[in-house]
Formats: sequence, structure tokens, C-alpha cells
Amino acid sequence: MAETLEYTPKTRLSQTGSNQYIVEKDLDTEYMTLNMGPQHPATHGVLRVELVTDGEVVMKATPHMGYLHRCFEKHAESLDYQKVIPYTDRMDYLSAMNTEHAFVMAVEKLLNIEVPRRVEFMRVIVAELQRIASHQVAIATYGLDIGAFTPFLHIMRDREHILTLLEWLCGARMLYNYIWVGGVSHNFPPKFKQRVAEFVKYYKPKVDEMMALLTENELFIERTRGIGILPADVAINYGCSGPMLRGSGVKWDLRKNDPYSIYPEIEFDVVVPDGKLSIIGDSLSRHLVRCYEIYESLKIIQQCLDKMPEDPNFDPHAAVPKRIKPPAGEVYARGENPRGEVGFYVISDGKGTKPFRCKARAACFVNLSVLPELAKGNLISDVVAILGSIDIVLGEVDR
Amino acid sequence: MSKLTPEQIHAIIKEEFGAESVSDLDNSRTMPNFTVLDHTLWQPMAYFMRTDERLKFDYLACLSGVDYGDGTLGAVYNLESLSAYQHKIAVKLKCTKENNTIPSVAEIWRTAEWHEREAYDLVGIVFEGNPDLRRILCPDDWEGHPLRKDYKVQEFYHGIKVPY
Repeated sequence: MAETLEYTPKTRLSQTGSNQYIVEKDLDTEYMTLNMGPQHPATHGVLRVELVTDGEVVMKATPHMGYLHRCFEKHAESLDYQKVIPYTDRMDYLSAMNTEHAFVMAVEKLLNIEVPRRVEFMRVIVAELQRIASHQVAIATYGLDIGAFTPFLHIMRDREHILTLLEWLCGARMLYNYIWVGGVSHNFPPKFKQRVAEFVKYYKPKVDEMMALLTENELFIERTRGIGILPADVAINYGCSGPMLRGSGVKWDLRKNDPYSIYPEIEFDVVVPDGKLSIIGDSLSRHLVRCYEIYESLKIIQQCLDKMPEDPNFDPHAAVPKRIKPPAGEVYARGENPRGEVGFYVISDGKGTKPFRCKARAACFVNLSVLPELAKGNLISDVVAILGSIDIVLGEVDR
Repeated sequence: MSKLTPEQIHAIIKEEFGAESVSDLDNSRTMPNFTVLDHTLWQPMAYFMRTDERLKFDYLACLSGVDYGDGTLGAVYNLESLSAYQHKIAVKLKCTKENNTIPSVAEIWRTAEWHEREAYDLVGIVFEGNPDLRRILCPDDWEGHPLRKDYKVQEFYHGIKVPY
């Protein structure tokens, strides 16, 4: 059962639910419409937010997207199942492995096939490495958005280690096509596990450093604490997932609550803010959840490395079907991405090797829909802080 | 109060809204689902599913618009009880291409607003009661709905040749 933490207001301002501003009567001025984006460094891509403002206070925020629409769902209908996987990479280009994993699980459920146990471990290791890399970008650019430049350089330096590892594994830095239906594209190279273990050992103290540098910075806390408070029931009603939902104090993680792959065998915690440093549900909470999830991912990787079965003659293509022709049926399969729940609703008509319909439920698309609610009554500069804490990737919003 | 099976969920709905309101349960291995036959009952049913103590479907995970290619369109709702029991069910609604309306549930699950806009944009289902039913991914003046099976792309868009 998902536990919900008690919401306790910490300051006078937050007693109304957040520190939203209310313009006093007779002091309101003429409304002004202001476009934020599509070319704006703090919108993390081509997003346009139409702000109706009264002075500095946002009265209404309307996001407009579609600038990056690449017709993923239309393309998927004219491609074989294997050929859809590279397209899923390009949806959320910062967490390609996780999105691939969700799509591949959908097709495997339709086919009703089992994958070798070693493959499951390999998938989880790369998916958790990717989760760390993705959270690093989220944290680094969030700092950048609100004026902290130095942490960005430190974090990007460490992210490079992960990208180098994944490049060594399958030849690509960001868009891998690594996880295949029934297997993976390449076996782990010799000494790969050793290098990953070295990275885990190297990176743990660096996370502490990052926390000290950014999260414990008083200016950073001032900019984010109590900004954009999202109560738990609103978050659920808006379909938020991932760090957005956990930041509101709801202990919900698909790796635990709807377990897939080998996650049930792994010990890790679902992180929710304790409300000591942040107010539960605010921008700082969402940031803290991401920071602490890096520790959990490192834990998962370490356990996978220890438990992974050894097999010198392992063939990662052994269970890959030559021709993917699922029986007629439909499936909704999902996985926990760094940004939340990514699901694929796939219909097979049983006649061909192409999906009849392939709908992608994008985490960012749904998380972004709560922005008008959060931005209302905040200052324009705080909209940047809120948008950064939602952590959107426009490739996934627009698909 | 505990996690219910799809059969039990289906039975509760049938008991509340009558046997004629919904189809039989399709208890498939991959996605158990049923279809709502009477459109006028969908909004009260959705509200009932969200608020009833036994069901508590407070989380709409996904809403997909589908063109089945035989003149019918459909919307598929993947529901889940997130904060209480964690049971799941999928609900389907179908309409024809000529009479392409389905009642909106945007006021019941706020997340449905954008999902419905997307289904309207790509499949061309009109969700009656959605507060802001505009195109969301395609430009506002785009012609046709791309995920229809009989979709033909327009020749020119603002003087730019579209098919490549």
C-alpha cells in the first residue's frame, strides 16, 4: 500500500498550502501577457509558456508544446517491433535505456516469453546507470537554472564516466538500442563489471560533495524551499509519477509497487522527503528525492554486480526471437523511468510483424500538465524554479 | 477492504449500474478490460470508480485513443488504485467515425484533460465536456487526424510541401 506522509506546514506562508501571492484589491494593474520560450534556456528545450502576469505575479500559465513532435506513434505503426526500439530512445533522450526497457517489456508480455536471468541483471545495471546519469543532468541543470554554475561542471565531469561505460558497452553515448526483445545487443565486455564497481566506489563520495556544494547551499534553499507546493492528492489526481509524486510524500515506485524484472530480489528504499529541510511537496523536495535516489541506484548496482550469474559462454541473443509476430491482444506495460512512469499501450492484430497501435504514456507529458496549477500566484522568477524541479525533457513531452 | 480481482471489480460496477451498462469482462492475461456500452453512464461511473470505498481508482495511468480500422474509434482508460489497494483495470469506450463523441472525464481525473486533447488531436475523438479541447501536438490549423487508419497527409501547409 502506498504510504502518504503527513503534511505539516512549516512557515506562516505555507499555511495556505504554498507561498502563493495574492494581489490586494485596488492594487492590481492591467494584465500583461508574456511569452516564456520557445527559445529560453530555462525551459529545457522548445517549450512555450504563455504567462498572464499582474506585475511580477503570474495569474495564469498555459504551456504550449508540439515544437518537437516527431510522430512517434505514427511511425511505430509502420515499423517492425524491433525497429521501434531506436525510436523509443529518442523520446526521452536522457534516459534511453529505461524507455527501451519499458517498451521491450510490453512486447515480451505480448509474446509471453521469458528472458534469461543474466539478461535481467544486465538490463537493471544499465538502467540504473542511466538513472544516475539522468538525475545528474536534472540536478545540474536545475542548479544552472537558478544561478549555481559550479555544480554543473562537477556533475557533468562525473556523468562522463557513465557515458563512457555505456559507450564501451554498445558503441553509443546516449541513444543505445541496447535492450532488445528477448535479450540485449551485446554481452558485457571483459572487466566491464570491475569498471562499474570502481565507478560505484568512486562516485559515492562525489554525491556527498554534490550535496554539500548545491543542496546545502543556503541561497539554493532560499530559492527553492516552499516554492510550488504540490499536495499529494493533487499530484495523484494529475497523474504525476516519479520524483514529482514522491516529492509530495507519496511512497510510490513502480520498482517496488508493481515490480518487474529482478527488482523484487534487490533491497532498496523508496525515498520520500522527511520534511526537515524542505516543506513536503515543494521544489526542494523534488530535488532532494533525485539526490537521494542516486544513493539508492548505487546500492542497486552494487547488489546486481554481486548477484549476477557468471557465464563465460553467454550468448545475449539466445532468447531473441527471429521474427516477432505476437498473437492478437493488447497490453499496457510500464516501468519506472527517472522522470516517472513510462508506459506503452500496444495492440497487436495477430496478422503482422508491426504493432497495430502503439501509444506511449510519457512521464514528462503528464507531469508538465500540473504546471498551470503550480505556477499560479508565483513570481515569474519562481516559474523557472518550478519548471526546473518538474524536470521535463521535451523530446518525451512532444514525442 | 483489500485488493480486488478484475472479476470482483466488474461485478461491483454491474451491480451499481445494471447488467446492460457494461459488456462482459475480457479477462485477458495481459490486460483485463471491459467496455462501457451506455455512454451517458460513463461520467457517473467514472466518479463512482474514483470515490467508492471498495474501488478507489484515484489514478488514471493512461488514456489512449485508438482507430480500430473498421469505422469505430475507441478510448482506453488504464485505471489504478494508487493510494489504497493497487488493483488495476482497463475500461474501453467506443464510438463511430460519424458520431465521434465520448463524454469527458477531465473533471474527475485532471490528468485526463491533456490525454483527451492528445486523443482528439491524433485520433479525432471529441470529448464532450473537456474544458479546453484544442490540438496539443499538431499545429492548430493542421488538417485531419494523423492516427486515423485512412489518414492522408495534406499536400501543402502554409505553402510548404508536406509529403517528402
